[in-house]
Amino acid sequence: MALQSLDIVRRSATTIAPPQARGAPAGEVAKLIDVSKCIGCKACQVACMEWNDLRDEIGSCLGTYTNPADLSDQSWTLMRFTEHETPQGDLEWLIRKDGCMHCADPGCLKACPSPGAIVQYANGIVDFHEENCIGCGYCITGCPFNVPRISKKDHKAYKCTLCSDRVSVGLEPACVKACPTGAIVFGSKTDMQRHAAGRVEDLKSRGFDQAGLYDPSGVGGTHVMYVLHHADQPELYADLPKDPQISALVKVWKGVSKPLALLGIAAAALAGFLHYIGMGPSLTTEEDEEAARRELEKPS
Amino acid sequence: MSRTRQVADQVDPKTGQIVRYAPATRINHWIVAISFVLLALSGLALFYPPLFWLANLFGGGDVMRAVHPWIGLVMAVAFFAFAAKVGRDNRLQRADREWLRRIGDVVRDQEENLPEVGRNNAGQKLVYLVALVSMLVLLVSGLVIWRAYFSDYFPVDATRVAALAHAAFAFVLILTIVVHVYAGIWVKGSLRAMTRGTVSPGWAWKHHRAWFRDVTKHSTGK
Ligand code: HEM
Ligand code: SF4
Repeated sequence: MALQSLDIVRRSATTIAPPQARGAPAGEVAKLIDVSKCIGCKACQVACMEWNDLRDEIGSCLGTYTNPADLSDQSWTLMRFTEHETPQGDLEWLIRKDGCMHCADPGCLKACPSPGAIVQYANGIVDFHEENCIGCGYCITGCPFNVPRISKKDHKAYKCTLCSDRVSVGLEPACVKACPTGAIVFGSKTDMQRHAAGRVEDLKSRGFDQAGLYDPSGVGGTHVMYVLHHADQPELYADLPKDPQISALVKVWKGVSKPLALLGIAAAALAGFLHYIGMGPSLTTEEDEEAARRELEKPS
Repeated sequence: MSRTRQVADQVDPKTGQIVRYAPATRINHWIVAISFVLLALSGLALFYPPLFWLANLFGGGDVMRAVHPWIGLVMAVAFFAFAAKVGRDNRLQRADREWLRRIGDVVRDQEENLPEVGRNNAGQKLVYLVALVSMLVLLVSGLVIWRAYFSDYFPVDATRVAALAHAAFAFVLILTIVVHVYAGIWVKGSLRAMTRGTVSPGWAWKHHRAWFRDVTKHSTGK
């Protein structure tokens, strides 16, 4: 969201090399969401609204705690509630905090055609710079998690910034600050992985054999991770994808096809130019006109 | 002297020139042509980052993003009206195969080795066909990736297929139009058919002899 001093390692639709001298010596950051500790109080949702000055429209109740019904330009995070019946006949209330996953290999950034509308910082945060956004929605087409939303008001794309403005001055994201149970924690990615390992062990000792960390490798890992009690079935948690990847269609669309296509068009134009230089124009001569006149005067 | 209305496929009794396109058809063609250039420029800006500066021609990226699909609609209406009018002249026939086999003689300007050509030659018919198919795909895929109005009604994979198809067929169409425009530049006397509507009898004799015979049979010359 905000421009800041964090180092940019990737910038959408840009061919010049990103600055590389300064790195992120403290390592990449990550937010860890422990689904098993979440009580669904939505303090994080409120904190996000408050810190980012967002006010979604008041909707109507759709018979579920998931409210509002979907992410939007005004709701960058959303608790999704699922009632799951286990094979043993127990009812589990699965609550997942949805929002941008801050992929190491972001599909939105790959798809975006506008220079500098999407950037990735050295610490791993993927951020939208709305002043460069043209509102095409390609980021939605590129995202494996269905996260970005275009505002109807200004036709620009919005999503969770991982509070890049707070992180850049050493604060944790607003949602982390607000969580009363410690279900959301923030730190370096390696610390968060270590913390998650302890949580997974604890869950396994309580009978959740399939507990695990969700840090999908198909997108190079993410900077928002989950501890899940059913890590073997992430789809249970409101369709969290099992093996998210940048779609092969997007890879072809945004791959080498582009320079090749431009080369093809340039080659065709050049071929025409050289043909003209070599052959000269195809002229209608006086003999042709003469032949036509003779034909016209022939009695039919 | 007042001008009489030009009628396609007839000899203009006043000038002795052959009318190839009536005024309405010409105007329609240029609506398509101008829209196409604007669409190609704005499309390439979105397609290829080093060309994003083309967005400045349209007053910036967001203006360009907003107007591109609307220009597309204008072009689609004009193009399909145009295509309906000239479709009859663009059906591929047996003789067109021979013409295509001798494409080498075509580019060497040795038309005497070619079979007699009717109103359109095989190359022109192929341009028509490729344009027709491309325009259809571009229209449908363009609607699917039109985020402001339609994309939200489609599953995300449909928008991915549409984005890829839109870019691919834009490429095919741009290549085809490069060839089409070059043909118009190379063969002198052709451009006039789309600016003033007429071609000289000698031009018709040289490039479209069967059509020339057909036209002159039905109308009275000078
Ligand atoms: C027939 C009607 C057409 C419609 C409704 C349409 C619509 C669109 C839309 C909605 C986009 C996405 C960007 C935006 O929202 O502005 C787009 C992109 C594009 N359009 Fe079109 N368009 C049409 C015709 C054309 C034509 C004739 C060409 C080629 C000359 C073309 C070339 C492109 C290209 C190259 C892109 C960018 C693709 C990419 O990013 O890879 N479009 N079009
Ligand atoms: S809508 Fe998304 S893809 Fe398009 S310019 Fe904005 S950030 Fe980039």
